[in-house]
Amino acid sequence: MRQSERVAVFAVLAPQGLWSLAWSRLCRDTLGLIALGVVVMYLAVVLAAAAGWIAKDWSHEAGVNYAPPNGWIFSASPSEDRLPVARESIQVTPVAGVVDPLAPVIETLRESRLALAQEPQRLATLPLGADKWGRDVALKTLKGTQTSFIVGLLAAFLSVLLGSLLGAYAGYFGGIVDDVLNWIYSTFTAIPYLLLVLAIAAVLNQKGISTVILILGLTGWTGVFRLMRAEYMKHRNREYVLAAESIGASHARRMFYHILPNVSHVLLVQLSLNVVSFMKSEVILSFLGFGVGVDTVSWGSMLNEAQTELLLGKWWQLASATLAMALLVTAFSVFTDALRDALDPKLK
Amino acid sequence: MLSYVLRRILQFIPTVIGIMLLVFFLFNWVGGDPAYLLAGKISNPEQIENIRRQLGVDQPYYVQWGIFVRQVFTGDMGVSWATGEKVSYLVWSRLGPSLTILVPMLVLSTGIALGLGLLVAYFRGLATDRWIMVACTVGQSISILVYIIVLQYVFSYELAWFPVQGWAQEGGLLLIPFCILPVMVGVVVSLAPDTRLYRAFFMDEIQRDYVRTARAKGLTEWRVMGVHVMRNVFIPVLTHVMIQLPGLLAGSFLIERFFSIPGIGREVLLAVERSDFPVIKAVTLYVAVATILVNLLTDILYRWIDPRVQLK
Repeated sequence: MRQSERVAVFAVLAPQGLWSLAWSRLCRDTLGLIALGVVVMYLAVVLAAAAGWIAKDWSHEAGVNYAPPNGWIFSASPSEDRLPVARESIQVTPVAGVVDPLAPVIETLRESRLALAQEPQRLATLPLGADKWGRDVALKTLKGTQTSFIVGLLAAFLSVLLGSLLGAYAGYFGGIVDDVLNWIYSTFTAIPYLLLVLAIAAVLNQKGISTVILILGLTGWTGVFRLMRAEYMKHRNREYVLAAESIGASHARRMFYHILPNVSHVLLVQLSLNVVSFMKSEVILSFLGFGVGVDTVSWGSMLNEAQTELLLGKWWQLASATLAMALLVTAFSVFTDALRDALDPKLK
Repeated sequence: MLSYVLRRILQFIPTVIGIMLLVFFLFNWVGGDPAYLLAGKISNPEQIENIRRQLGVDQPYYVQWGIFVRQVFTGDMGVSWATGEKVSYLVWSRLGPSLTILVPMLVLSTGIALGLGLLVAYFRGLATDRWIMVACTVGQSISILVYIIVLQYVFSYELAWFPVQGWAQEGGLLLIPFCILPVMVGVVVSLAPDTRLYRAFFMDEIQRDYVRTARAKGLTEWRVMGVHVMRNVFIPVLTHVMIQLPGLLAGSFLIERFFSIPGIGREVLLAVERSDFPVIKAVTLYVAVATILVNLLTDILYRWIDPRVQLK
């Protein structure tokens, strides 16, 4: 109560800008702040993983195959399905005069096996268990978070850049420019989103993080375009824009120096909406094998492995990827709602 | 009315041309030359040249565009590069299974989400509302993949109530056991976002004057919410359902893949995996045109539901 009074007093003393007002509104939204905290935490993990400080050796086979989680977060009884295989050794009696041509090869193989046995022992359990090859699921989840988050963020930036640029031109200039851009818009929206994504994936026919970012960014700009077009149509004849025109500001300067800051709150909300939806799309694409390559781990590729693992009763990779994704997406959605409420209190 | 429909259809022409250009640009220009892919690993230049000639990709772009336009207008979209089936027949024969899953799924999910949306809007601000909304937010954040994997595992593998996957070619009642789980998964997945959306629709209506009037003249709450409000909410709900429809046709590919349902979505996935461009081209075009037609149909339905709506 007292804080809001203080805010009110400040508002009288010194006029506050949109952003500081929005920030003070956001600060009063506890749930939104918690969500922001979670998102920032994820961002820190992603930056650390991208810098190579954590989860660098995620592809190292640290545990035994399907090592169960050790009970810190999940617990599972160690699997008993690895039955010891009874080995029969065949006695070979050397025959005089016959030379085994493979003898030296077998000798080197034996030696390399001995050398292998001296490597550090693989762990029987890991914090979140291990996958088919014994790779640590915890590290895979961290690295997968990096992939999925970065894809979502960069694709969202690309789509917002494209959408706002086209939307600004359509809304500001109107006329034939608007007609042409609107035509492109209605063409893109007539094709269902995921079908378009799949069609582009089919023609590009190459995997990799940059391909996924490109696909999602090039298809996801339509929502931003529609909103930005409406905003620019609203703003282009406002007095401040006319004033800028009268002192000789060019079209580009009016569009991106004068109007853009006044509509950027719309962009911010759209950006975070797109991050969420692109992360979900990336997971689906990678799951289907049209997304990131096999040398990269993402939540989608983890889920793909988890599907067959589940039949063997190895549920920890599924649980880890699902939890990591659900937490981030929930936090991001809650934060987006809080952001929208903070930036546009009239909407509530 | 007739002039309205005619004018709308005329307005479709530029959009349809746009879609054709986009599809052509993607598959003939960006997609370029799939001959190397189709020829396989062991190939020689003559074979590749032969394939290029068969597919027509050795022609200049304007000739390819001419062929494409003729294909679109004659409805003959060529043959699948992978199986040699006629594409139009392929798409047509996959429509049935897709709709068999889609229609019950849409009806059920719309019904349940409407009920839940009404319930939470009625209890707005109370604990019931808040908890259902929290559950929806969390439910929405879990990938659809997880829903499918887990539900299929639990109900088909652990409990063995339904077949894991498959389809009955004969159709009829034999299909029912194969349909239940896919439909259920579809309903569960769409429940969270739909409930959130419909709650917003109800919230808009509940504050209207006619609701106060209805309450003031002593109507039961059941009648106010279930009849008066519900009828008005129907318009945005109808838009939402109709707009979803064409997208779901191709968009239920995950459900169709997991449950091996020979529908359009699964066919698209197979085509993407095999670089079978004619199939993807045809499905993209058909679905886009269907989207446009459904939009028109929605506008006409508006008028039928709400006579106040003027079609201009």
